[in-house]
Amino acid sequence: MTDVVATNETILVVGGGVSGMTAALEAAEAGKQVILVEKRAYVGGRVTQLYKYFPKLCFPTCGLEINQRRVKGNPNVTVLTMAEVSKLEGNAGNYSATIKISPRFVNSNCTACGDCERAVSAEYPDDYNYGMNKHKGAYRPYRMAYPERFVIDPRMIGTPDADKAKAACKYGAVDLNMKEEVLTLKVGAVIFATGWTPYDAAKIQPYGYDRFPNVISSVEFERMKDISGPTGGKVLRPSDGKEAKDIAFIQCAGSRDRNYLKHCSRICCMASLKQTTYVSEIEGGNSTIYYIDIRAIDRFEDFYQKVQADPKVKFIKSKPANITQDKDGNPIVNGVNTEGYHRYATAHDLVVLAVGMEPSIKGAMPEGVKITVNEHGFIENDGSNGGIFAAGCASDALDVNRAVQSATASALKAIQVINRVAGMEG
Amino acid sequence: MTDLNKQMVEQYRNSFLKEVEANVEEGEWVKMCMQCGVCSGSCPLGPYWDHPPQELFMMIRAGKREEVLASSSMWMCTSCYNCIARCPRELPITHIMHGLAHYAKRLGLAPKNQPTMKFSQKFWDNLMVTGRVNELKLGLSLYFMNGLVEGIKTSLKMKNIGLGMLLTKRMNPMEMLGGHSVKDKSGFKAMIKKAQELEAARIAKFKTP
Ligand SMILES: Cc1cc2nc3c(=O)[nH]c(=O)nc-3n(C[C@H](O)[C@H](O)[C@H](O)COP(=O)(O)OP(=O)(O)OC[C@H]3O[C@@H](n4cnc5c(N)ncnc54)[C@H](O)[C@@H]3O)c2cc1C
Repeated sequence: MTDVVATNETILVVGGGVSGMTAALEAAEAGKQVILVEKRAYVGGRVTQLYKYFPKLCFPTCGLEINQRRVKGNPNVTVLTMAEVSKLEGNAGNYSATIKISPRFVNSNCTACGDCERAVSAEYPDDYNYGMNKHKGAYRPYRMAYPERFVIDPRMIGTPDADKAKAACKYGAVDLNMKEEVLTLKVGAVIFATGWTPYDAAKIQPYGYDRFPNVISSVEFERMKDISGPTGGKVLRPSDGKEAKDIAFIQCAGSRDRNYLKHCSRICCMASLKQTTYVSEIEGGNSTIYYIDIRAIDRFEDFYQKVQADPKVKFIKSKPANITQDKDGNPIVNGVNTEGYHRYATAHDLVVLAVGMEPSIKGAMPEGVKITVNEHGFIENDGSNGGIFAAGCASDALDVNRAVQSATASALKAIQVINRVAGMEG
Repeated sequence: MTDLNKQMVEQYRNSFLKEVEANVEEGEWVKMCMQCGVCSGSCPLGPYWDHPPQELFMMIRAGKREEVLASSSMWMCTSCYNCIARCPRELPITHIMHGLAHYAKRLGLAPKNQPTMKFSQKFWDNLMVTGRVNELKLGLSLYFMNGLVEGIKTSLKMKNIGLGMLLTKRMNPMEMLGGHSVKDKSGFKAMIKKAQELEAARIAKFKTP
């Protein structure tokens, strides 16, 4: 059984991405007790799936490692992975949270040696790589996963492969009888840091994401650049495995569009500008950005100017009307250019859709208390939410810098609730 | 210049956008266009327009009154609704195109001999007689729209289709003599008159800016 101590002076953080980790650490480092609940088998969220960070173009692994070390070293933070909050009841200073923990089938004896992985042959689509490849039935979710523990895919349970994994483990870490657990915890304040999900590009019918293999999404493009990713760090066309050189980016794929997501997802312009730098690294690589207007928010204007100065990057002011495909599988982008109203039909090797951000809590709210959200489904930091706050992309479409700022702010709000409780009791 | 045209130029001097908002069906949406270009790229007849919808909207805002109203562009719209379905801001683009065409016609600025306009007029005139479209007469008037010689040629070309329609009772030769009608013709006329009054009132409601 998972043993967790919680009181109404404890802060519950739901979601262990960069925002959740930050909120948890800020509160813990201020001396508060924190429980961090993460749905995945590891913390870090979507940032773990990025190749490089704008604006500095450094690798996110570095910042993640620092945060993981802070979590590891802080006794005030308890991390629960593969866990979700199914019910939340009560009010500020006095909540009761029901937490469901899915079985990992691997206990804390695991040394991450990898013997179980080598012993099994079953394979399943890898969510970490958006299904672009498969992982073994016993696997490490990704190379820097924390907690550093393997996972057995529940689909393998009951097959001979599961027994092979168990037999291969020298440390008795594989526990095939592990069951789902349900915990009920008392907490004083809750921070939702549940983050975002990429908008389902297949819904944008005219762009043919579901029909044309060489039309991919921006999050998949990030995975391609990872040396240990599904294409070994190369940008390969899904249709024929050829290296893509002429790459188009389509902005507002789903965002700022009342047919899809009404809001501006805010980070996609910067994400595409960043991704053109990946393309410029490729021998003979060049990029074309199709856009309505470039929203390199705030101080990012200089990043935009640097990319504009790159002769390998072309900007076309137009939201493409649709994408077709020629006989060689090249996607053809069709539309009218606002600068001169010229009609174009341009073939590229690969099209990357800069998909928008949807709040992942949309449609996945725990039962119980009513949490106020805005018209796009992001959680409002609203007085009516009592002791419940939102951090990072649960509150709005934000980049990491702004997500972390919002996490710090929400930690402070939660600390204030806890201090009120402690004051009343002390 | 027609009187109405003169009057409108006077009333909306330098504010063509306001003029469009006041007088064109769904015209108040024009200012919502964010110039993304999806409508223009999505129009199946797009390559044949002098100015695609996106450009028309910009021209309206830029005050290019004569160029917009005398343009044949909006007459090219076939009401396929691709633009409406895809517009990220849900502008009723098809309706705005028809609204612009209609307004240009009222002002006497629509391009002479624009075929869609000529056909629309024929359709309207045909409908007004009995309250029902007389397809036989409408079809023939369309064939002879550009003169006798072309009319005869087209009629001969369409002969077999016409005969087929007669045989399958899709067309009635007796329609040539007057044709079928709505039951209450005077009621129909009263209805049209009322609609015209409502439209005039709607236009009058907007004051000079
Ligand atoms: C293509 C692309 C490129 C980007 N590149 C950059 C960049 O270069 N620089 C930059 O600053 N930003 C970039 N971003 C933005 C960046 O990804 C976000 O700012 C960041 O992920 C926000 O972190 P978060 O913790 O708020 O959300 P997330 O990363 O989404 O983390 C949320 C966590 O909560 C967990 N969770 C969700 N629901 C539940 C639940 N019900 N219960 C428990 N746990 C739950 C999730 O599993 C996840 O681990 C990019 C975004 C995109 C789309």
